[in-house]
Amino acid sequence: MLRHAVFAACAVTVLAGQTWAEIAPADIVWQEGAIAQPLADQPGDPESGKKIMTTNALGNCVACHLIGTMPDVQFQGNIGPALDGAASRYTEAQLRGIVVDSKKTFEGTEMPAMYKTSGFIRPGNAYTGKAAPADLPPILSAQQIEDVVAYLLTLKE
Amino acid sequence: MMLRKSRTTIAALALGAVTLGMTPALADPHPDAELVVNGEITIPTRGTAPAYLDGHLTELYSGWLFREDETRAMQMDDFDNPAMVFTDAGLEAWDTVEGTEGKSCATCHHEIESMAGVRAAMPKYNEKAGDLWSLEEYINACRTERMGAEKLKWNSDKMKAMTLALSIQSRGMPISVNIDGPSKPYWEQGREIYYTRYGQLEMSCANCHEDNWGNMIRADHLSQGHINAFPVYRLKDAGVVSIHQRFVGCVRDTRAETFEAGSPEFKALELYVASRGVGLAIEGAGVRP
Repeated sequence: MLRHAVFAACAVTVLAGQTWAEIAPADIVWQEGAIAQPLADQPGDPESGKKIMTTNALGNCVACHLIGTMPDVQFQGNIGPALDGAASRYTEAQLRGIVVDSKKTFEGTEMPAMYKTSGFIRPGNAYTGKAAPADLPPILSAQQIEDVVAYLLTLKE
Repeated sequence: MMLRKSRTTIAALALGAVTLGMTPALADPHPDAELVVNGEITIPTRGTAPAYLDGHLTELYSGWLFREDETRAMQMDDFDNPAMVFTDAGLEAWDTVEGTEGKSCATCHHEIESMAGVRAAMPKYNEKAGDLWSLEEYINACRTERMGAEKLKWNSDKMKAMTLALSIQSRGMPISVNIDGPSKPYWEQGREIYYTRYGQLEMSCANCHEDNWGNMIRADHLSQGHINAFPVYRLKDAGVVSIHQRFVGCVRDTRAETFEAGSPEFKALELYVASRGVGLAIEGAGVRP
């Protein structure tokens, strides 16, 4: 018993200290488009989230969404709805679900799934135009998803 | 339906932007600009969508109407249009003998003006080959079968110079692609491709160019995606871009494995996209950002 308890405690310590203790896209538990459990151990960092949301090679959320709290970011798009007040309209679990795969909330939406690795038609290797590798990574990592969610949670009305 | 929804969204967003003290993004094609090249060739840039686009598009707008004032102006004067240098190379090539048979294009076709209307009907089913052919393939067939010259690569400078020289012969002429009879299966294949959501971003041609034309993706003002002005001079690339080259770029940007320039898939897509522009006219040598 004691030996088991020690082993379990060690396992938790190891997991908690590692960034790889994250939920893979296929292992996500969905509840009507929402995801209650954080995908990574580290709490999301809103500052990092802001950078991810405004960087072309990362989330690039501003390509399609207007975000009034970022007046310094030029040329924000208008394909999707403005994100201002998002945290007043959706729960954390709903926001996480929307960032991971918004089609589970908004059927047929143009928005790409940011944390999905299969089920694509002719997936490519990033923006090279070449075929994707067998182990295609998601657009954002689990931690990056959490960072974006953390920033979205600051958008209250 | 989709269209009405996105129009409402634009209005709501524009209002939101004003409230936030930001400049509202452009939301529509230019309301009244007229494309007159060199002060003499009037090219219609607005039209009524063909019946087969019912429920998808009602009014057609050339990509020219979605561009900034300076870019539109460049296309209105051949001295300012950077594509014309390449077009001149194509006009010169028309009269240049190449290959083992001692022929130039002009040997058989005479003045290049005799090719007026050819570009407007492309791509076109070729009875002899039993296949849908793009303009590039007609050019290469002449070269290999009549001139004894080598094929030009699809996106080579020489090929683009020739397609440009031919395109300006159809300036202002209505797009007149045939989508019936033997062309029909190609058209249907092209339509299927147009609405397929490719790549890791899962985006179709329609997601941008049917559902969101007029909207902004970052600094890019989305047009209806017509190909009537191709080949175009693209300022961003400082070079001429062919129709299939643009298709490659668009599909690549959905994080997808693209089809090749000259592939059966892109030829079918070319026919379908050309047909969506029936009601517009060939601009030849467009200028785009």
